[in-house]
Amino acid sequence: MLKLERINSYYGGAHILKDLSLDVQKHEVVALLGRNGAGKSTTMKSIMGLILPKSGTITYNNQAISNLASHQICQCGIGYVPEERRIFADLSVEENLEVGRRSSQTGPINWQKEDLFDLFPNLAERRTQRGGNLSGGEQQMLTIARTLMGNPSMLLLDEPSEGIAPVIVEQLAKAIKGVKAQGLAILLSEQNMHFARLVSDRTYIIEQGSIRYEGSFSDLDQHPNIWKQYLAL
Amino acid sequence: MGFYLAQLLTGLANASSLFLIASGLSIIFGVTRIVNFAHGSFFMIGAYLAYSCVTWFDVGILGFWGSMLFAALCVAVIGGVIEILLLRRLYKSPELFQLVATFGIVLVVQDIALAIWGAEDLLGPRAPGLDRAVRILGEPIPEYDLALIVIGPLVLGLVWLLFHRTHWGILVRAATQDREMVAALGVNQQWLFTSTFMLGSFLAGLGGALQVPRESVSLLMDLSIIGEAFVVVVIGGMGSVTGAFIAAILISVLNSFGILLFPSISLLLPFLVMAVVLIVRPWGLLGKPGSGHGAPEAPQDPLRLLGKRAIWAWALILAALLTLPLADDGFLLVLMVDVLIAILFAASLQFLMGVGGMVSFGHAAYFGLGAYGAALCVKYANISMEFALVAGPVIGALGALFFGWFCVRLSGVYLAMLTLAAAQILWGIAFQWQDVTGGDDGILGLWPSEWASSQSAYFYLTLVLCSIGLMLLRRIAHSPFGYVLRGGRDSALRIEAIGLDLKAHQWMGFALVGGLAGLAGVLFAFSKGSIFPDSLSIPHSVDALIMVLLGGIQSLIGPILGAVSFILLEDWISRLDYWRFIFGTIILLIVVTAPNGLAGLLAPLWHKRRQRSGKGQSQ
Ligand SMILES: Nc1ncnc2c1ncn2[C@@H]1O[C@H](COP(=O)(O)OP(=O)(O)OP(=O)(O)O)[C@@H](O)[C@H]1O
Ligand SMILES: [Mg+2]
Repeated sequence: MLKLERINSYYGGAHILKDLSLDVQKHEVVALLGRNGAGKSTTMKSIMGLILPKSGTITYNNQAISNLASHQICQCGIGYVPEERRIFADLSVEENLEVGRRSSQTGPINWQKEDLFDLFPNLAERRTQRGGNLSGGEQQMLTIARTLMGNPSMLLLDEPSEGIAPVIVEQLAKAIKGVKAQGLAILLSEQNMHFARLVSDRTYIIEQGSIRYEGSFSDLDQHPNIWKQYLAL
Repeated sequence: MGFYLAQLLTGLANASSLFLIASGLSIIFGVTRIVNFAHGSFFMIGAYLAYSCVTWFDVGILGFWGSMLFAALCVAVIGGVIEILLLRRLYKSPELFQLVATFGIVLVVQDIALAIWGAEDLLGPRAPGLDRAVRILGEPIPEYDLALIVIGPLVLGLVWLLFHRTHWGILVRAATQDREMVAALGVNQQWLFTSTFMLGSFLAGLGGALQVPRESVSLLMDLSIIGEAFVVVVIGGMGSVTGAFIAAILISVLNSFGILLFPSISLLLPFLVMAVVLIVRPWGLLGKPGSGHGAPEAPQDPLRLLGKRAIWAWALILAALLTLPLADDGFLLVLMVDVLIAILFAASLQFLMGVGGMVSFGHAAYFGLGAYGAALCVKYANISMEFALVAGPVIGALGALFFGWFCVRLSGVYLAMLTLAAAQILWGIAFQWQDVTGGDDGILGLWPSEWASSQSAYFYLTLVLCSIGLMLLRRIAHSPFGYVLRGGRDSALRIEAIGLDLKAHQWMGFALVGGLAGLAGVLFAFSKGSIFPDSLSIPHSVDALIMVLLGGIQSLIGPILGAVSFILLEDWISRLDYWRFIFGTIILLIVVTAPNGLAGLLAPLWHKRRQRSGKGQSQ
């Protein structure tokens, strides 16, 4: 469904992603694991067109998207949930959802606000509040809900569990499984192994901008040395 | 009592027009981050178009209000065309380019309006049905003023509804906070920007149109309103329509009472209020600190030291200049003095912007301070030119210390706006304090000392002082002080994290460039024998910005190239008819085609030549 082939991305002169390749199949949840600064967010941003890769190709449903603008990439059906969340602080919860709303249906279901309030009950109680007044966990839910309003067929989730209380992390995992059950594919970047294990089917490990390992969590458990080399702090 | 009420109502009526133009400016800035100097031009076009419509089909009440709306709609379309053809290419450019480009539009529009409507002021008809005055507490109040007082809040309400009850409006508000995220959510920014720009232009056009029954339409409307509109936007908070409304009322009402106490305060007051508000609330009354996700900042290349060959080249140029008086003693020397002064002026601004990372929209303040300071000393204290040459820069530096203290507490566009306000305050003083500064008539009779009175002697004097100024700037840019400034430009946090007081360095940087701009001002005053308020005006500040832009902001040689080409170009073009149109067009072409200035255009050639000769220049 999504395929990155030998991507090279830069920040100014700094070479961050080096010949990075990965793919995500339909209905699959893939976790991208790696330490701080490994290049997880940069990968997401490159897919989303927020950074233009200097070389390499990105295809989505066999259509090249590496030269599209980010709004066009979104219109192809990729929904992006950024690491910093980037809630519109001055807009109410409902208005935040409204920004994400798109009428065309690129994904398996056509989300309505009420569906998302069912998925994230915490948000329902706060629909008229300013986005900026929500807690970190609620903001994370709002970002995901806002992106789902665009009816994507695939989600890019950048460290959704970062800085969130364990109880909320469980809720989040449940919601993400719910989203997956609706038929969406997900590329998830994570440092929280517990969370990643709860939701994902397959993993990639990224280190210094290249993929170093690919396999399932159970395979990974067989290789404590890989674990130690790339993930342990 | 009645008198004060009448004064209040006049203030509120003035506020409506001001609110319309300022809200448009604020909306445009909020979404596109463009500081639109051309907004005053939209206001002016709105007024001219409304005047033409109203006088052509003179068909009663419906015709009048229809004409107002039609004029505003035309302005919206004009704004849309300008956005699509020009501004769209500049959203990723530095502020300097956007500002200079919109100033290019100001020039072009001025000459188009001159060609269509002529230079005479045009007096429009009264509004049908509202052409009398009603008595309130015994005072006559024009009915039309009352209508305006209603229109302001009405428009505010409509804009509020648009922004809170429509999908488009919610997108606009979201884009004001984080436009990149809005794009990642599937919204086509170009479409959003164009429509926002059209709405803003519509409001400016409406504001101008509604002025037709109250004041005559003239070619001066654009720049006379834009300063005040900026102030309103900054006081209200950039991007906030409600803030603009409150600020417009604050300014207009204060003004209508202020002139009772000090008849000549009207040019000063808005800028004083703005300075006070920015000190208390750096983001304006209802503004927010800008989102971090604005235009991408390109990391700047490090400055290079001069190679041996470059030093020789400069020495040669200097030697050639020294022999210039032998070849010519008339026109060319006068022109060269202008060029040298412009170089120093531009170089001081370039230092502030390129090395210090602080954009000044009002650099003429320090040029004018130096010039006026010296001129006043000569006039009242009868000092000699030599003393004036010291006094001017000192006064320029002191002024820069004063205004800089406030400016370094702000950043980005707010800082730029405060520098503009500083220049406007000084301009207002020079213009209105007739007894001391001579007002519009300026100060005359500033002659160089005996020994410097010949053209070639004055040329040498200018050459020496400007060269010293340039070398000083270069030295300082490469000194530890300069490193701190450049470090702060690239990352203020990092500089402060290693325990350096960045603000103090920036403040000193302000004083330095203030002093050098002041020196340029004194040299200018003595070369012309006189000084006028326009040395402090917005267009003069923009001149310096254009020079920096022409030369490219990244190199210290830039201002030299920029000033030389600017002065030569101006000298040639200003003799033509419709020179504003030509000049504006040239500016627009340069901004669009050469985003790194002339130095940027020449640099690839230079590199090619160096590669071919196979001898890389030493670091
Ligand atoms: N805006 C930027 N400018 C320059 N370098 C950057 C920028 N953003 C990230 N980097 C660098 O790129 C590298 C990869 O960063 P990235 O954000 O992709 O890492 P990450 O895997 O998402 O880490 P984290 O877990 O901390 O989010 C890092 O070395 C980082 O310092
Ligand atoms: Mg990251």
